[in-house]
Amino acid sequence: MKKNNILKNGAVQSLLSSLVCVILGVFIGYIVLLFINPAGAWDAITAVVKGFFYWPAGPMRTKYLSETIVYTVPLLMCSLSILFSYKVGLFNIGCAGQYVAGAGIAIYSAIAWHLPWYVCVILAALAGAVLGALSGALKAYRNVNEVISGIMLNWIGLYAVNMLLSKVKSPTAETFHILHKNPSALIPSMGLDALFNYKYFTIAVPMAILIAIAISIILNKTKFGYELRATGNNKNAAKYCGMKEKQNIIITLLISGALAGLGAALFFLTDIKQWEVTQSSVPSMGFNGIAAAFLGCLDPIGSIISSFFIQHITYGGSHVNLDTYCSQISDLISSIIIYLCGFVLFFRYFMNTRIARADERKAEREKEDQAEKELIASESAAAEIAEPVEEEAASESPLPVSENTDGGDEK
Amino acid sequence: MEEQFAIEMLNITKIFPGIIANDNITLQLKKGEIHALLGENGAGKSTLMSVLFGLYQPEHGIIKKDGVEVKINDPNDANDLGIGMVHQHFKLVECFTVLDNIILGVEPTSKGGFLKKEDARTKVLELSQKYGLMVDPDAVIEDITVGMQQRTEILKMLYRDNEILIFDEPTAVLTPQEIDELMQIMKNLAAEGKSILFISHKLNEIMAVADRCTVLRKGKYIGTVETKNTTMEELSSMMVGRNVNFHVEKEKATPGEVVLEVDNLTVASKVHKNNAVKNVSFNVRAGEIVCIAGIDGNGQTELVYGITGLEPAKEGHVILNGKDITKAAIRKRSTSGMSHIPEDRHKHGLVLDYSLEYNLILQTYFTHDFTNEAGFLKRKPIREYANRLIEMYDIRSGQGAITSARSMSGGNQQKAIIAREIDKNPDLLVAVQPTRGLDVGAIEYIHKQLINLRNQGKAVLLISLELDEVMDVPDRILVMYEGEIVGELDPKTTTEEELGLYMAGAKRDEVAE
Repeated sequence: MKKNNILKNGAVQSLLSSLVCVILGVFIGYIVLLFINPAGAWDAITAVVKGFFYWPAGPMRTKYLSETIVYTVPLLMCSLSILFSYKVGLFNIGCAGQYVAGAGIAIYSAIAWHLPWYVCVILAALAGAVLGALSGALKAYRNVNEVISGIMLNWIGLYAVNMLLSKVKSPTAETFHILHKNPSALIPSMGLDALFNYKYFTIAVPMAILIAIAISIILNKTKFGYELRATGNNKNAAKYCGMKEKQNIIITLLISGALAGLGAALFFLTDIKQWEVTQSSVPSMGFNGIAAAFLGCLDPIGSIISSFFIQHITYGGSHVNLDTYCSQISDLISSIIIYLCGFVLFFRYFMNTRIARADERKAEREKEDQAEKELIASESAAAEIAEPVEEEAASESPLPVSENTDGGDEK
Repeated sequence: MEEQFAIEMLNITKIFPGIIANDNITLQLKKGEIHALLGENGAGKSTLMSVLFGLYQPEHGIIKKDGVEVKINDPNDANDLGIGMVHQHFKLVECFTVLDNIILGVEPTSKGGFLKKEDARTKVLELSQKYGLMVDPDAVIEDITVGMQQRTEILKMLYRDNEILIFDEPTAVLTPQEIDELMQIMKNLAAEGKSILFISHKLNEIMAVADRCTVLRKGKYIGTVETKNTTMEELSSMMVGRNVNFHVEKEKATPGEVVLEVDNLTVASKVHKNNAVKNVSFNVRAGEIVCIAGIDGNGQTELVYGITGLEPAKEGHVILNGKDITKAAIRKRSTSGMSHIPEDRHKHGLVLDYSLEYNLILQTYFTHDFTNEAGFLKRKPIREYANRLIEMYDIRSGQGAITSARSMSGGNQQKAIIAREIDKNPDLLVAVQPTRGLDVGAIEYIHKQLINLRNQGKAVLLISLELDEVMDVPDRILVMYEGEIVGELDPKTTTEEELGLYMAGAKRDEVAE
């Protein structure tokens, strides 16, 4: 009973702080638009927020909803990759490179080796895992910071993949369509494409959601997750109780890398996009995974929602009127919102201090009743009264938030 | 009447969620007195001091300085009012000199922004002469003794012209001789008109040095007494609410088989190039408590690391129940019957962000009791086990098994560790300063647990810095000095003075074996 309430409270907190971040991000984005060109700002920001709702209800809206969902898959996988390593106290910025490696192997094995889709997916995950494990081994045995080795490997991965995929590129700078070379490498739709009115909608979507749930279970319910989180929270205590710290670092980054590689495969093996072998910057998917992970409060299930949201505004950005704004504006606005997403933990902290203060006030009121009781009795009593107080505080908090939105609507 | 108080904290109440940390507490510090603040862990001493330093704002109550009400919003305000504190763990920059540390933050500078150390040096030397605080201003902190570091901390307060000096458990890290010196220094300071607040658990020190003593218990104000009109027994019953056995009662030891054998163990130091543990040999038998005594930093920590596997042994052997475990993994040592109450409960002993129940299974989570074949944690057995330990070992917390370990008091955190390590039913318990920073009630409790374990025929290796503990608890004392065992003493026949001489390196003998 008690436990449920507290968990619920934590979830409520996460949700609220994420919402505050999103609204603040939209608000600041709006201000930036106002500065650039006040005339079109309102239309532009509503376009960003609307996303696929830009289209009237009907097949077009379904189609672009589906497109957003399909783009969510790789982002979700990258954010799972980030949060998984983050739970162990590692910051896997190499996620971007692992994603690239996964993309490279997935596309190459599909076109050059004519392998079926599931084999391509597994190979891509392995490719990401190898890169991740490399960072992990360097960290575990040579204490090389995983951020440094990750960034280096990102570039190595990018150019290696560009080289590799040059062998399977069409006369343009892009790789062949997988459909034309090896249809068996395309992830099957099993009717989902018809249902969602989008030909790239495949079973990759349910797979990604299942993986997110699996990650959540692994982290919270298993011995392995217990060890990983213990290592992340207190490396010394993990060592003290005999956990294999080095091994855990490597396994974590290995899994983290596999998730990123998997994300790339689940995306590119739908044929929705081809790899451009001349690209000279690491795809932002891996980096946006960081924002998605934090916006989702480092929770796998939260990541599903946050990843979708980020893709939603990114898509919405494409509807910003380019007559009034330059073409970079959509990226700028979505970047601002994504950037603000990183402040989730800050808002959560802020909320916690508010709740603590509310608790103190409440406790003060109750003090006279408690004065007679023994300390233990008063402790448990306070713990019980703490529940309504926290909820009260939580329901107080959204007030400024809703005021903000209201104010925005009026304008 | 009022004007003779240097600082007054009147009717202070401070409430945290679920707990009233300070309940209507009044503390009046007279000018020029040494005033002891006594209380168990969790009694509210730290909270009260945090209120005085402006770290917390009280719900009720006021603070008066020289009879005038003041508002303290942060530590800078406290500093401006002339309140200074020597923390239990010194706040010194290790690679700076004594003088640099003293002037840190209030550096005298010339117009161009250059340091004018000569003025500072003169002032420091004057102060150190006036109060008998011997320091070498040019010595680097990491090279000097703990006692001298503490004197540096005291000089830091005096240099800032602080009038109200707070000593937080100042004797915990000192040798008996250094404690005597500190007592003298405190008396000198008081004689010169400084007002001293002395936070301590140690009744004999309070009796020796303090003029008055304020006692807190469970957040409540119990009373203020003149030390010359009271006894240690009275103080202790005020503190814990009942009479505490000062002398640990135990039956005669009946040592059996050798459980732990340490043979010529050498462990490298992480701090300096020499070996921290040099060719140490000893054994611990079933049914006895062996205590490694010594002043902090003489290799005890590294010896424990070598035995428990936190650091590799450079040479020598560790043999547990006849099996050589010198190179065994930590997990292997644990499952072969070694339990370890670590020196630093926050660094090693607990995962602070885990719940109490998760901390209680830290050594056993992987067993079939708590993990099923598929690798999932068994929620219900874990909860039941945690609740059993919480009940058995009287671990108090706000929300029971799901309390975050971070939110528990130090004493209860320690109880959780002890419960976990003892309940593992070990053949050997390595207990490193198990009562560090705990109150008399908790200390008594922990000593009982150690003796119980011994009476059940288990071997206990106790590492302690506390003289009372060294004298009372073990069946044999080994004194460690500079990485070597310099003497073996019988607690029944030795005296604190003799022990002190061994600990300070003034006396040594060849230990048999």
